[in-house]
Amino acid sequence: MNAPVKPSDVAGATRREVVVAATLASGALLVGCSPGDLLSVGAKSEFGAFGPFLRIDPDGVVTVVSKHIEFGQGNHAGLAAIVAEELDADWSKVRVEQAPAIAKVYANTGMGVQGTGGSSAISNSWDQLRKAGASAKAMFVEAAANKWNAPAGELTVKDSVVSHAGSSKSATFAELLPDAAKVTPPTTPTLKDPKTFTLIGTDRVRRKDSQAKSDGTARFTQDVQLPNMLVAMVAHPPRFGAKVASFDAAEAKKVPGVVEVYEIPSGVAVVAETTWAAKQGRDALSVKWNEDAAEKRSSDAILASYKDLASGKTPATDKLKWQAFEAKGDIAKATGEAFEATYDFPYLAHATMEPMNCVAQVSMGKAKLTFGSQIPTLDQLNTAKVVAMLPGAVEIETLFAGGSFGRRATFQSDYVVECVEIAKKVGKDRPVKLVWTREDDMAAGYFRPLVHHTVKVTLDKDGYPASWRHRIVTQSIMKGSPMGVPELDETAVEGAKGSPYLKATPIVDGQLIQPDIGVPVLWWRSVGATHTAFAMEHTIDQLAKKAGKDPVEYRRALYTKAGANRHLAVLNLAAEKAGWPNTSADGWTRGVAVHESFGSVVAQIAEVKLVDGVPKLGKVVTAIDCGTAISPDQIAAQMEGGTCYGLSGALFGQVTLKDGTVEQTNFDTYRVLRNTEAPTVETHIVPSGNAPSGVGEPGTPVIAPAVANAIFAMTGTPTSSLPFVKA
Amino acid sequence: MAMTLDVNGKPLSVKAAPDTPLLWVLRDELKLTGTKYGCGVAQCGACTVLIDGQPTRSCVTPIEGLAAAKISTIESLGGAHPVQAAWVKHDVPQCGYCQSGQIMSAVALLTQTPKPSDADIDGAMDGNICRCGTYQRVRAAIKDAAGLAPPVPVLPVAPAKV
Repeated sequence: MNAPVKPSDVAGATRREVVVAATLASGALLVGCSPGDLLSVGAKSEFGAFGPFLRIDPDGVVTVVSKHIEFGQGNHAGLAAIVAEELDADWSKVRVEQAPAIAKVYANTGMGVQGTGGSSAISNSWDQLRKAGASAKAMFVEAAANKWNAPAGELTVKDSVVSHAGSSKSATFAELLPDAAKVTPPTTPTLKDPKTFTLIGTDRVRRKDSQAKSDGTARFTQDVQLPNMLVAMVAHPPRFGAKVASFDAAEAKKVPGVVEVYEIPSGVAVVAETTWAAKQGRDALSVKWNEDAAEKRSSDAILASYKDLASGKTPATDKLKWQAFEAKGDIAKATGEAFEATYDFPYLAHATMEPMNCVAQVSMGKAKLTFGSQIPTLDQLNTAKVVAMLPGAVEIETLFAGGSFGRRATFQSDYVVECVEIAKKVGKDRPVKLVWTREDDMAAGYFRPLVHHTVKVTLDKDGYPASWRHRIVTQSIMKGSPMGVPELDETAVEGAKGSPYLKATPIVDGQLIQPDIGVPVLWWRSVGATHTAFAMEHTIDQLAKKAGKDPVEYRRALYTKAGANRHLAVLNLAAEKAGWPNTSADGWTRGVAVHESFGSVVAQIAEVKLVDGVPKLGKVVTAIDCGTAISPDQIAAQMEGGTCYGLSGALFGQVTLKDGTVEQTNFDTYRVLRNTEAPTVETHIVPSGNAPSGVGEPGTPVIAPAVANAIFAMTGTPTSSLPFVKA
Repeated sequence: MAMTLDVNGKPLSVKAAPDTPLLWVLRDELKLTGTKYGCGVAQCGACTVLIDGQPTRSCVTPIEGLAAAKISTIESLGGAHPVQAAWVKHDVPQCGYCQSGQIMSAVALLTQTPKPSDADIDGAMDGNICRCGTYQRVRAAIKDAAGLAPPVPVLPVAPAKV
């Protein structure tokens, strides 16, 4: 399916580069090279005086170059603020620009390749951007010191102005720019004492893109218009793993505006002059599918097979083994009355507002992609395999994306490769915009996996867990990683593994099993925590009730036992702000949940009532410890949005398969949260001097168990499967 | 067969077939890309424009019936419209993709009901999906633009001391 790389295909490359390209095309990675360096062969690496992360124009405008895509998280505000703080730049004159794809310069320091994910944009950039800002500031100070013949130590910088009190001299960055650009950057710039921050942690750190996103000028992939551009739509098989058997394009080609029809590995593509013509042409195609290798099971059958594995009815085999993720003590010695629960979680679609899309142009020895690229290095690598190029030479212009929640980060670059395959057929550097309809997007898979948990806990004489047996059955997200499949797929167990509750329990037996299912699965905002937080937090409330204790007090005791001080702090802050255990008189019942993910800990206390059996949310008091808070307002925005995303999935989210075909097609069958269903989220931040940790995802997984716990307090009935509202 | 549409106060000649949804004529032919495609079936509201002042899902509105209509898109607001100013003040957008539709629905609401109640906002805004979950700020910005006090302070968060 991938074009083999022949040395003659690779324009202007050295022999070593050809070896690199051929090795990458074979799907392997060279040992001993960092992926970022390896995948940057062929990329540019010259930058201005202040390095790759910032540029200062003659008018004094500071441009922060973001290696991270902005698809809602507000990271561009935070990244810019880190630079502006150390540079002491005038915040009103700071703008943000998206970096090109150059892994050796712009790698996520936690990933080794250029990419955004794992709520790491701020945390992995913290040191890097502080140094970039501090280094540039030192250059301005040295330039001014030389000019004024004043000791550098006597100069101060504020709002892009360098001043010397002794001589009453001052100059702006714009005025000093020509001299500053000639100064040799310091090797180890002096960073500020965080106590002296004047921008970071204040309400002045606001989004830089709100105007463009409120007047229609923000540029998304869907908005790309290029001269001579074609629009493509693809007929995909109705079942995962099916292939084209044959097709008839006669009717499609009769549609005015349809230019050509191509068979590509993922289906049949119609290219046309306009989006509407492409859609009409695609809908007029007649395609026969070969479904020999297709996944034909229903989601009900898949779930039933998971339950049989968890119960032991289906034994493990040499190929399908249980793997321990937490083991302590001898579970056979666990005694006493046992609490047992099972939890089922459905497949979930990301359902980004902007369905997946991409713009590609391909000609001999050249490829350019213009789209919302979440992991540019992987998109380069996967494109290179199709067009026989060096990955580093694949140019990517990253645009805003209308949401991702993980969907734009697949190991296979699914929709990107599809677009590149079409652009390769079209050739001649002619731009092709691949547009997926909502229905295409919904049916394409890469869902949050279906998951089954079983939990069996015995309590000690004081009512706290004495033993905890936990079984998780789910597909592996990490399978298919080009970086190699890890021994344990942490994405399936994170949140159960490492839980303070397990730390506080003397005997623990946690195991995972991961069957092969032909449904593509992927991380979905907060990944493993989307189900582990629910299993742990809802279990805890049921155990607290069994022990006759208040759920907040019960957690406090366990956190104290586990030394989980950050959990304790967010819980105490949320409880204090919500006035726990006071229950308000107007019919709300409160539920609490706490979960750590992506280095941050979030506690929520949610007001819930049942209206015609459907959970209705009131106020959700939220406390977060995310280390140093760069932008309190954007942290609050992520708690608001993350809560809505988690609540949407918990209340309504469910993708079902009937005989292998996705049953949901659009927002009429895949219900999502609407304005009247949204809670009012009140955010409180635990003061911290630690380095920043994640914000984009940690707000998502906590609300579902908080709601379940409120319903449990209200009705005495636990929730054993999501969504709360069955279709 | 060309027809003329009145878009943002200008008569514009378009070549698209009469059954073409307005959305694709705006985006592909007139290059007014502020109006977004989200679902194609009038479920999400990302494509909302005003037709004779009424919020309308352009993705399911063929142009054939629009010869005498006044069509207004996000581009007609100019960027400093009070609703847009409130959106910026509250930092409503996250990914931003749905916000043109949200704003057009809000503009229609405030034009017809300058001091909307919560129920008015419910009715006007429930057809606009936001997957980022900016709903709370959408409501706050509408109330601010209407001169009504937002239910919660714009910035409920005290800055953390580091």
